[in-house]
Amino acid sequence: MPDSLDKSDAPHADAGQPEIRQRRARISLVWLVPIAAALVGLSMVVQNWLSAGPRIAVSFITAEGLEANKTQVKYKNVVIGRVTDIGLSEDRTRVIASIELNQETEAFTREDAQFWVVRPRIGAGGVSGVDTLLSGAFIGADPGDAKDTRREFIGLEEPPPVTFGVEGKRFTLRTGDLGSLGVGSPVYYRRIPVGQVVSYALDDDGKGVVVRIFVNAPYDGFVTDDTRFWNASGVDVSLAADGFKVNTQSLSAILAGGIAFRAPNYSTDTEPAAENHAFPLFNDMRQAMAPDDGPARFVQMRFDQTLRGLNVDAPVEFLGVPIGRVVSVNLDYDEHSQSFPVVVGAVIYPNRLGGAQDKLLAQINSDDEERNARLIQVLVERGLRAQARTGNLLTGQLYVSLDFDRRAAAVEFDPHTRPLTIPTIPGSFDKLQEQLQAVVDKLSKLPIDSLAGNLDDSLSELRKTLEQVNGSVLPQLQSTLERAEQTLGNANQALAEGSPQRQQLGDTLKEVHRAVRSVRVLSDYLSRNPESLIRGRGSDTAPASFKGGATSRELNTEPQ
Amino acid sequence: MSAPPYAVELGLQSCHDCGNVCRLDDRECPRCWSVLHTRKPNSVARTWALLIGALILYLPANLLPVMYTDMLGNGSESTILSGVIEFWRGGSWDIALLIFIASVVVPCMKFFVLALLLVTVQRRSRWAMPERARLYRFIEVIGYWSMLDVLVVALVAALVQLRAVSTIEPRLGILFFGLVVVLTMMASMSFDPRLIWDAEKNDARQPR
Repeated sequence: MPDSLDKSDAPHADAGQPEIRQRRARISLVWLVPIAAALVGLSMVVQNWLSAGPRIAVSFITAEGLEANKTQVKYKNVVIGRVTDIGLSEDRTRVIASIELNQETEAFTREDAQFWVVRPRIGAGGVSGVDTLLSGAFIGADPGDAKDTRREFIGLEEPPPVTFGVEGKRFTLRTGDLGSLGVGSPVYYRRIPVGQVVSYALDDDGKGVVVRIFVNAPYDGFVTDDTRFWNASGVDVSLAADGFKVNTQSLSAILAGGIAFRAPNYSTDTEPAAENHAFPLFNDMRQAMAPDDGPARFVQMRFDQTLRGLNVDAPVEFLGVPIGRVVSVNLDYDEHSQSFPVVVGAVIYPNRLGGAQDKLLAQINSDDEERNARLIQVLVERGLRAQARTGNLLTGQLYVSLDFDRRAAAVEFDPHTRPLTIPTIPGSFDKLQEQLQAVVDKLSKLPIDSLAGNLDDSLSELRKTLEQVNGSVLPQLQSTLERAEQTLGNANQALAEGSPQRQQLGDTLKEVHRAVRSVRVLSDYLSRNPESLIRGRGSDTAPASFKGGATSRELNTEPQ
Repeated sequence: MSAPPYAVELGLQSCHDCGNVCRLDDRECPRCWSVLHTRKPNSVARTWALLIGALILYLPANLLPVMYTDMLGNGSESTILSGVIEFWRGGSWDIALLIFIASVVVPCMKFFVLALLLVTVQRRSRWAMPERARLYRFIEVIGYWSMLDVLVVALVAALVQLRAVSTIEPRLGILFFGLVVVLTMMASMSFDPRLIWDAEKNDARQPR
């Protein structure tokens, strides 16, 4: 057997050279397969490692709609990552979605990046996320531009109203209460929606609300330092001398709330306001557009009368111009007179006096607070008095009127006490009462009894007279009327067709006619033959009517 | 020696292509002109190389998604094992088992059996030679059943194209899986089962 093997080897040894070369080639070629496979595998590992983006964890209140390895993270509907795992936080109050972002998504790990779950939502502002009904929820992402990055985020429960990269400005509004505003409530400029409420929060001391809004470019340029913002949520109904007016923003603003802004027409400031500028938020447009009230001054008034109908917030008017409002109505007790005067506190805004204030203050040289006190002193010396007047006869609402009363008795006024106390005079309603009393007194002095007795006598006389008239005059009148009727009947008979009187009348009239014709013929004849008056009628000159001819023909044509 | 002699001992070798028995001296088959070898050339090394290649590719084939399913906009990718688990959880344990056998058990068995055969052949082990020969025949027969997965994905991806409602697309993993199946089949083809029996001979030389 070894022999045969040797034999078989012998020819190979003879032709050894090509054999060796062939074997080497074969080995290298076959081993290319696993090497290629390894290279492919390795390249995939490397590619996977290179393309792996950052991993982040976002916590949400609930994992509703989220699924590990299925839920995608999208930005502008482009998939930028997916949820790899969903777990609970350590205190089990939130769920934590682990997210593997794609490559080149560093912007989504910045500190101010935002994440929220996109689900179908129906709100007053509209419907969104309908496509997720079929496809399931996904996580929306919004990149940030902060310098610092982080790996753990707190997801938003609502989509952010303003997404990254939208041009515009944010502003801060301060208000007493939020009203019906919410995140996403629109901001209107001349009824064009130009932005929205981004967020709101209580003041640190809890005494106000800070509303942050975003106004899109290019409308943000219309927000100047002078711009007034007001709550446009409600329906503004006003009844004025020119009729009944209802003023609203759009229907959605009524439902969902909204903010409107505009600069007053008199404003000359066209410089756009800086980002994050703080503005007050007024309750309505009228308030917002009113000129700035300036600092308020507190004054007191003591009234020795009942002030039923004077409420807090009732206006304080100076010569008919509202310059303030009542802030308190309290009872006081006066030991001397043992009466209960009413102390009314009010704030007045001296700036509302406008030009008058400037001119008045110019006359007084003092510091600001002092000047106002001195100004009021001057006015009081001239007869300025407060008076509670009836503003509305139907409801009995009172208002405080500051007016000059030259007949008012002089009072002491101390400009150094605080609060300033403005002297008062009885209200117009009191005056009316006095006048009424006087009228009633006069009425009570009238001799009502004797007046009534006289009146009674006169009335009985009148009655007697009437009886007489009824008893005698009326029957006579009736018989007279009957006779008159008879007379008229006779007259009728006499004038009736075919009556002898009428026949006679006709005959008489015919006779008269003939007589008249004779006279005319005579006069005609006489006018042609005037001599006949002296000589008598000639034989050749018969009257025309008997001879015929032109004249007789004329006569015959006369009507009968 | 009761066993019949080896062809080499008689100075003979068979042609791989036409089965013609030729003399050991012949370089080419006198009938079909193909190159003659006593054994498949470089069989062990080739089988090893292809086997290792298949083994490497088997990793991405299992890790990468093989299929992308989009039902009403709700898209998801599934790997072979996640598909098996999904079917199992969905109650279709029979389909899960079928896929599991075709795509996991069979390839793994091939890797194992081929590796076992190669190691034993290289060590010229005489252990359970008939059983090993039977194992080899077995894996050659079942080898192509692994293509079931590839066919299923190809078929389903071609059929389910309902635009918005439902779409199924193949993913890269199925390509690797197909390569794995092809490489293992090539590996088992390049293995010469006669090498198993060569261990009977005391001759320590590597057969060619």
